[in-house]
Amino acid sequence: MSALLSASNLTRRFPGNRGLLDMLARKPRPVVHALSDVSIDVSAGETLGIVGESGCGKSTLARCLVRLIEPDEGNISFDGADVGSLEGPARRKFNRAVQMVFQDPYASLNPRMTVGSTLAEALRVHEIVPAAEINARVASLLDLVQLPATAATRYPHEFSGGQRQRIGIARALAVEPRVIIADEPVSALDVSVQAQIVNLFMELQERLGLALVFITHDLRLVRHMTHRVAVMYLGRVVEIGPVEDIFTAPRHPYTRALISAVPQLTPGLLRGEPAVRGELPSPLSPPSGCAFHPRCPIALPQCAAERPALDARGGTWPVACLRADEA
Amino acid sequence: MMASRDDSTGLTVRELRVVFDTSRGPIFAVDGVALDVAPGEVMGLVGESGSGKSVSLRAVARLLHANARVTGSVRWRGQELLSLSDDQMLPIRGAQIGIIFQEPMAALNPVLPIGLQIEESLIAHTTMDKAQRQARALQLLDQVGIASGATRLAQFPHEFSGGMRQRAMIAIALAASPALLLADEPTTALDVTIQDQILRLLLRLKDELGMALLLVTHDLGVVAETCTRVAVMYAGRVCETGPTADVFANPHHAYTAALLRAMPGSGPAQAKLIPIPGMAPRLDAPSPGCAFAPRCTVSEPLCTTTRPPFVQEATRSSACYGRARL
Amino acid sequence: MRAKIPLAIGMALLLLMLVCAAVPSWFAPYDPLEFDFAALLAAPSPEHLFGTDQFGRDMLSRTIYSARIDLQIAVFAMGGPLLIGSLIGLLVGWYGGWADAVFGRLADVVVTFPFLVLVIAIVAILGPGLINMYIAVACVGWVVYARLMRGEVRVQKAADYVAAGRVLGYSTGRILFRHVLPNAVRPVLVYAVTDMALAILLGSSLGYLGLGAQPPEAEWGALIADGRNFFTTAPWVSLTPGVAIVLAGLGFSLAGDGLAALLDVKR
Ligand SMILES: Nc1ncnc2c1ncn2[C@@H]1O[C@H](COP(=O)(O)OP(=O)(O)OP(=O)(O)O)[C@@H](O)[C@H]1O
Ligand SMILES: Nc1ncnc2c1ncn2[C@@H]1O[C@H](COP(=O)(O)OP(=O)(O)OP(=O)(O)O)[C@@H](O)[C@H]1O
Ligand SMILES: [Mg+2]
Ligand SMILES: [Mg+2]
Repeated sequence: MSALLSASNLTRRFPGNRGLLDMLARKPRPVVHALSDVSIDVSAGETLGIVGESGCGKSTLARCLVRLIEPDEGNISFDGADVGSLEGPARRKFNRAVQMVFQDPYASLNPRMTVGSTLAEALRVHEIVPAAEINARVASLLDLVQLPATAATRYPHEFSGGQRQRIGIARALAVEPRVIIADEPVSALDVSVQAQIVNLFMELQERLGLALVFITHDLRLVRHMTHRVAVMYLGRVVEIGPVEDIFTAPRHPYTRALISAVPQLTPGLLRGEPAVRGELPSPLSPPSGCAFHPRCPIALPQCAAERPALDARGGTWPVACLRADEA
Repeated sequence: MMASRDDSTGLTVRELRVVFDTSRGPIFAVDGVALDVAPGEVMGLVGESGSGKSVSLRAVARLLHANARVTGSVRWRGQELLSLSDDQMLPIRGAQIGIIFQEPMAALNPVLPIGLQIEESLIAHTTMDKAQRQARALQLLDQVGIASGATRLAQFPHEFSGGMRQRAMIAIALAASPALLLADEPTTALDVTIQDQILRLLLRLKDELGMALLLVTHDLGVVAETCTRVAVMYAGRVCETGPTADVFANPHHAYTAALLRAMPGSGPAQAKLIPIPGMAPRLDAPSPGCAFAPRCTVSEPLCTTTRPPFVQEATRSSACYGRARL
Repeated sequence: MRAKIPLAIGMALLLLMLVCAAVPSWFAPYDPLEFDFAALLAAPSPEHLFGTDQFGRDMLSRTIYSARIDLQIAVFAMGGPLLIGSLIGLLVGWYGGWADAVFGRLADVVVTFPFLVLVIAIVAILGPGLINMYIAVACVGWVVYARLMRGEVRVQKAADYVAAGRVLGYSTGRILFRHVLPNAVRPVLVYAVTDMALAILLGSSLGYLGLGAQPPEAEWGALIADGRNFFTTAPWVSLTPGVAIVLAGLGFSLAGDGLAALLDVKR
């Protein structure tokens, strides 16, 4: 399998604001290191899961992949062509082929447009169907995401959170993309509707060879529907590999912490120790060496000094931990 | 119908109905909801997407759109909230009742720094001076797991990640230490480790301050780990309530049973998940019987014509004719 | 709810003005230019409800017939700045950068001068007359609209629905005019309604100074100016158009405030 969409060595920083006092004190401008040297790829028919701590750069990565944000360093290629240099019609073709489902569904819908016209606009601009068939296509898109056809005449504020999320999915599907970058696309859905949407994604993947980049916090879902998974921590990928392997034998201590913190269905009040402890990490001042070392239960002195590279380290998939080969 | 509780300390909702008047006719979003939340208790609210969870919460906080008609009774500490004027409601909302909204961007002000938005809540509901307020804002950010607090307080919502916005909103809701917290999917954008931290924080506040917590979530694992009791909603009605362990182990309503079956992880990986077949119920024309009947595997003719009554037994109550066949 | 009553009163006043402008003959008891030498500077009486001027012209009729010009002033003196300002605000708000910096400096310069003084100066250069007045107002008035629009556009630009449009490959023009503009225009429109009140006052002030509408076009400010010589002996000559100005101004600002409140509730 050759990669359909791939990103190599992406780095993105966001300069922050400085108060007047800080400026006078000649403090440096704070910088958020949102992405550092991230490489991922996804092939047709494949689902790549992305998991990681809140604020670790997943959405920034997604936005880079669809060119909403320009990376400071690194490049992205789609179908063999460098995405950064696409202009005009080629750029539009890329936009149609690579779609995104946004994390905040309400903010991603134009509040002044009915759901029907939002979907129809996408169909019309890319001439997906002849003008006469647009209404029928809108209805079938709504049906795909389990919304009634009457939804077309309503405005976004008249829907529930989960319904809006599905409208966002319908919009991404409207232009028949080859890759979908989905940023928490099912987080607001009950498990039954979630099952329907997940089945829909898997069906499209089988039928059309859709490539999916699936960002989510739901590790059960990751295990269920992705083929490979990338675990991110503070702007870097710390482990990436086949999902079953990683879930059965996680090699990075952060991955282990994540998996052990999944809420279990067996009732009982939260008890025991928190999964991860220690000082909170900040992308404004990433720790030296391995970013996870201040919270790592198995950290060595040299973890604070040198940053482990993402390497196979004696296993079959890459991991960025000095002690990966021990466990 | 439901367990009679001391209604002067907690939240008691009875026969709550919300109808939205739209140009295409009325939408019966909430259709006779009853709920109780006692101080020091965590009540879970789960249910189908679009079943009226958020609308119920907003009705309790009196924060619905202008086209909503609300009837029924919402009593908080013995006071009927639905009959209060907007001005009378102001000091209660925020100070006594904190709300975490489902969609952070819609609830945060895009042109104000996060720090100011937290401080605004403190200005409105406490007597703290500026230094105290800033210290409290920093402490709140730390509690919800946002590092480099001083820099973060000066940032705007669009400079935060999705999960950080959600946590900023939690910080705002907790700022004035409310006695009742209405939390609408407060951890959907959080990874499991931070979710763990936030849930622990909420449970601690519940124990230390006797806060009552109404928690809407789709994560049945979260419900299992945090909620003493749970209410399940379908099509604007509560179809069953009871202690979490009992409801999960032995559901008394056909919808609850179907919901539990649809959890991922209950089957093998890469297999199709088992959704509930059929379309979501129509809210513009509620059925005279049980709204779940058309999709139910254990329904009988009676289900489509007559609404099943709420049956109360010991700590649980449910409204399903097919219970014996589950 | 509370917004509805002022809005209704405002709308009623505006409707009255609109009808007067459209079909003045329905309301005016006399021809506004008809001289009645039997009743020069006549005090209000059953025949002339609001009295007459020095040529015996009926003041009520003159005021009603002038409504057309004043309405025209309200629309054009608001419309020019609205269009120009909104467009500039939309573009600088969207593109930012040096254009925004230039705009900021320019706007600062324009607002340091009192509005009226600047308009009068420009009219004085261009020469009196309504067209020149519109040009002068547009030169000065666009700044407010541009600032309002720019601020709103900057907020909307950061919203995810704009990002969604870009991901869908929509052209910048489509995103700007179909998505951003409808979401950003609300405060501008509300301000525009209130601004029409100011436009009428401005038109009247210039008319009073003889810089606005030129005879034979009658306009309320000019009518007041006509009466100033008789103010002690026949105050109704100036008072009648004065009341009309107050009512029109009231109508526009009530409607503007009511509209603002109404739009605010519906978010
Ligand atoms: N302003 C409104 N006008 C008309 N209908 C509305 C309005 N707000 C909500 N609704 C409808 O009311 C129903 C209940 O919505 P609500 O937001 O309470 O659902 P929910 O249970 O929170 O779902 P989710 O889990 O997807 O967030 C939905 O079907 C929605 O379409
Ligand atoms: N436009 C921006 N300006 C400044 N900082 C930003 C901006 N966008 C993102 N950031 C910062 O970049 C970091 C990564 O954010 P990102 O949204 O990618 O996180 P995430 O992994 O998606 O988190 P979550 O799971 O909470 O959504 C955060 O620290 C955030 O504050
Ligand atoms: Mg994100
Ligand atoms: Mg909701």
